[in-house]
Amino acid sequence: MSMNEYAPLRLHVPEPTGRPGCRTDFSYLHLSDAGQVRKPALDVEAADTADLCTGLIRVLDGQGQALGPWAEDIDPQLLRQGMRAMLKTRIFDSRMVTAQRQKKMSFYMQSLGEEAIGSAQALALNRSDMCFPTYRQQSILMARDVSLVEMICQLLSNERDPLKGRQLPIMYSVREAGFFTISGNLATQFVQAVGWAMASAIKGDTKIASAWIGDGATAESDFHNALTFAHVYRAPVILNVVNNQWAISTFQAIAGGEASTFAGRGVGCGIASLRVDGNDFLAVYAASRWAAERARRGLGPSLIEWVTYRAGPHSTSDDPSKYRPADDWSHFPLGDPIARLKQHLIAIGHWSDDEHAAVSAELEAEVLAAQKQAEQYGTLANGHIPSAASMFEDVYKDMPDHLRRQRQQLGV
Amino acid sequence: MNDQTTSLDPRTAAATSSMTMIQALRSAMDIMLGRDDVVIYGQDVGYFGGVFRCTEGLQNKYGKSRVFDAPISECGIVGTAVGMGAYGLRPVVEIQFADYVYPAYDQIVSEMARLRYRSAGEFISPLTLRMPCGGGIYGGQTHSQSPEATFTQVCGLRTVMPSNPYDAKGLLIASIECDDPVIFLEPKRLYNGPFDGHHDRPVTPWAKHPQSSVPDGYYRVPLDKAAITRPGNEVTVLTYGTTVYVAQVAAEESGVDAEVIDLRSLWPLDLDTIVASVQKTGRCVVVHEATRTCGFGAELIALVQEHCFHHLEAPIERVTGWDTPYPHAQEWAYFPGPSRVGAALKKVMEV
Repeated sequence: MSMNEYAPLRLHVPEPTGRPGCRTDFSYLHLSDAGQVRKPALDVEAADTADLCTGLIRVLDGQGQALGPWAEDIDPQLLRQGMRAMLKTRIFDSRMVTAQRQKKMSFYMQSLGEEAIGSAQALALNRSDMCFPTYRQQSILMARDVSLVEMICQLLSNERDPLKGRQLPIMYSVREAGFFTISGNLATQFVQAVGWAMASAIKGDTKIASAWIGDGATAESDFHNALTFAHVYRAPVILNVVNNQWAISTFQAIAGGEASTFAGRGVGCGIASLRVDGNDFLAVYAASRWAAERARRGLGPSLIEWVTYRAGPHSTSDDPSKYRPADDWSHFPLGDPIARLKQHLIAIGHWSDDEHAAVSAELEAEVLAAQKQAEQYGTLANGHIPSAASMFEDVYKDMPDHLRRQRQQLGV
Repeated sequence: MNDQTTSLDPRTAAATSSMTMIQALRSAMDIMLGRDDVVIYGQDVGYFGGVFRCTEGLQNKYGKSRVFDAPISECGIVGTAVGMGAYGLRPVVEIQFADYVYPAYDQIVSEMARLRYRSAGEFISPLTLRMPCGGGIYGGQTHSQSPEATFTQVCGLRTVMPSNPYDAKGLLIASIECDDPVIFLEPKRLYNGPFDGHHDRPVTPWAKHPQSSVPDGYYRVPLDKAAITRPGNEVTVLTYGTTVYVAQVAAEESGVDAEVIDLRSLWPLDLDTIVASVQKTGRCVVVHEATRTCGFGAELIALVQEHCFHHLEAPIERVTGWDTPYPHAQEWAYFPGPSRVGAALKKVMEV
């Protein structure tokens, strides 16, 4: 055999279809129509969800009608609550980005375009269930009506920061609202959520856990370990993968999304899995309820890939126009979650443009008032920050001698 | 020798048994499983009872949801334990060999160690990570390491290493009860008997050693107290784990009246006991089995010179494993045995 039969091997490095100056071809998303994808029984075998990992569960069609087996009879009051949580998240984010530009805080991360996922899932869970979020699920805190003043004090690292100035802005910890301390190291929380869920099962409780990760961080070993442990011990946990297409500048194909879906990872691990339109509030709520019900009935973990789009920069330190088309979001085929729920609520007669404007204005005022109050307690910029002495606390339960000596050395 | 300077004397407890270190560790876990928040898991620890048999019989006694096997994933084992700790359990997990802990290092350093700090006390990690360490069993480079310095360097962790059955049980109970995360290193060469480094001599079983007399019931050995295992006046030896016995025999054989301090808790450290001893003897030798450069001995030497400089009459010596991977066939050339420790004792006495 001649060596010439073989062309030289070439390394394949995936590329997005769109780049600055070149519009994205979103056909790679492989969408299904609203109402098209079936809803399996709660006790479905993992292998029998394979088709649900390549299809896309959607409820809302282009006219705002709720269609198909995942369209539940949801109390309009709950939808209005969801709308409020999403609006509050977006208004809060926008306000805090401005505050960061004004140098009142060092850093911020908005969740623009992804508000439906955390809001709807939070409303599908109990407050005593524990969410193990990434840094882009502030909508959970909004849905659970956590104090905006406390959140902003954390962002400002001021004297009333509940985390005593130790964490980057947005790395909240709100135990009473079922919101686990955000790490900043990616993926670590995913396997911890499985452990928390295992603990609930060990104790014979009925609480469940909700794990969160982005498409990029699924490449970490913690993700794969989480799937293995969740499957092995049938942990009562929802494994959420938020596929917002971008990990800073890295397209989701670099994390392994090119020839398979992230939902498909679950099936291979023996976990019932779904791929869902993350910008469709009704689909997010229905799929979350399905997975929560499975977990609470001892039927084990579910993995859900939420297809969405990171409409804003990764953080205030990022400029996405350097690596993707600046107007990409406006062409994203799953649209804006707030606009879509608004359309549906108006269609069913439980919302109006006027009410939308009035609620938005009310929330703007609420956020502004909270910000004013929080700023009274100081900002990182004006130096009203937690004491340097507090830096030495909470390293251990009781301060050991070496830290006492170091604190004295610092003279505080 | 071996007069334990602990406030809890085994001979005052009601009932005692002669135990190996394995039996003592098992006894500690057996007692702590009496609490409903303790859960034990790791590779092979369930039905089989662990490759070193430390958890033998515990699954049968307490059930599969309290003592169970885990997948071969140290990251998963520690990561799930962090979640369980946040829930309110006290997981005691076994890493089959300390050499295997590295896949869990992110969960240990970034998560377990800092959970209390970063959440301002909202979530804690009351975890105990047991792992056999050290060589002397022909384990080669992946079953012999002593990675203690990779943990003592991490703020928020406690690092503990017992050297005898009595301490092993009391320290393990104290570790499980502790609200801080504890790295519990078990020198595997000491599991079945003390070992002074004379590998060519017959093995001594624990039954012939006074520290194998272990109370059957509950007791604690405090986590921040060193033990003087051999009082002496000429030189202070700071050591822990297997090399406690090496130091003791080296003192006898070299004729140097060394005071041997078994640190027991590496970090936080019982600095007072160290400083009092070095101020008395004026000389110090540090002995550990781990590699030398940036080893825990380096920190000990820095602390001794910082706190005892004006009392020192000689440079501090350290005897350690070499800065190589732990070899298989050349194990005894690597191990810091009694002749090397004895030579260091004589050297500091010559100044």
